[in-house]
Amino acid sequence: VHPTSRRTYLDGVRAAAPIGIAAFAFGLSFGVLARAADMGRAAPVVMSLTTFAGSAQFAVASILGAGGGLATAIVAAVLLNLRYGPIGLSAAGALKGPWWKRALLSQLIVDESWAIAQRDDGRIDRHLLVGAGLLLFVCWNTGTAIGVLAGDLVADPESLGLDAAFPALFLTLLWSQVRERSRLLAALGGAAIALVLMPFTGPGVPIVVASLACLVGARRPS
Amino acid sequence: VNAVWISVIVVGLATIAIKAAGPLLLATHTPPPRAQAALEHLAPAVLAALVVTQSLGGDNGGFTIDARLAGLAAAAVALLLRAPLLVVITVAAITAALVRLIT
Repeated sequence: VHPTSRRTYLDGVRAAAPIGIAAFAFGLSFGVLARAADMGRAAPVVMSLTTFAGSAQFAVASILGAGGGLATAIVAAVLLNLRYGPIGLSAAGALKGPWWKRALLSQLIVDESWAIAQRDDGRIDRHLLVGAGLLLFVCWNTGTAIGVLAGDLVADPESLGLDAAFPALFLTLLWSQVRERSRLLAALGGAAIALVLMPFTGPGVPIVVASLACLVGARRPS
Repeated sequence: VNAVWISVIVVGLATIAIKAAGPLLLATHTPPPRAQAALEHLAPAVLAALVVTQSLGGDNGGFTIDARLAGLAAAAVALLLRAPLLVVITVAAITAALVRLIT
């Protein structure tokens, strides 16, 4: 994405379309899993509308479904979503306007919309972020609603290989990020921290700690 | 109110607050240059961590090696051949689906 070219909301929608299919399919499977976990019909739909973060929602449904405790489910989900703290800080410059508008638009931040909205200069493109976020929001929530209502009809997204679409998306976006040496160092640091921590911490923590690898960039202000 | 609704409400409110925190806190303050430079390196750090956790992560932490890794390898080959995003994602999904089909 070139920093000087003007992007529109539609560009964001287009950029997110390929991964929107996978988001829809996983929304479906969240709806199915949530029904199977006795979460009822309304709760999973409300959760997709408000939490709008796949991994945390799957964690809650699978922990409650397996008879795990309420506190366990909440702690796991919050840990998984803590990465949106640093991610939100990096997106702050792209969200202008009154506080309620910034708070509202910040809800469209998910890993995929934030990744798609990266510009070459390391900042976030507002139009790409909002366009991609809106499409993913629609896909995720439509998928959840259909999964809750008509879950028995759907194929398992993993049998279609759709779970492999997400790391492929992140790898593609990373690819264009690491031409500069300092960004390559940040990427290698982030990957190394995640690999070292994964065996010892719950899911979520490795990504939060890996975000500290961005500090290699603080040595040379641009 | 049962456990399901408590978890939906608590997790929902916590996530909304976490996502909104940065954009609300940095509304009036532009971060100092060095902090801004660090934030501009957040994408490669977090994207690399996401590649690792989403291709190797197990359901309850730790590592799980499965068809996702084959999908990621195929995606890397597609990237080396300069394929566009849609092709990279499709190649990864088809590869992972085929590996699951034959194993």
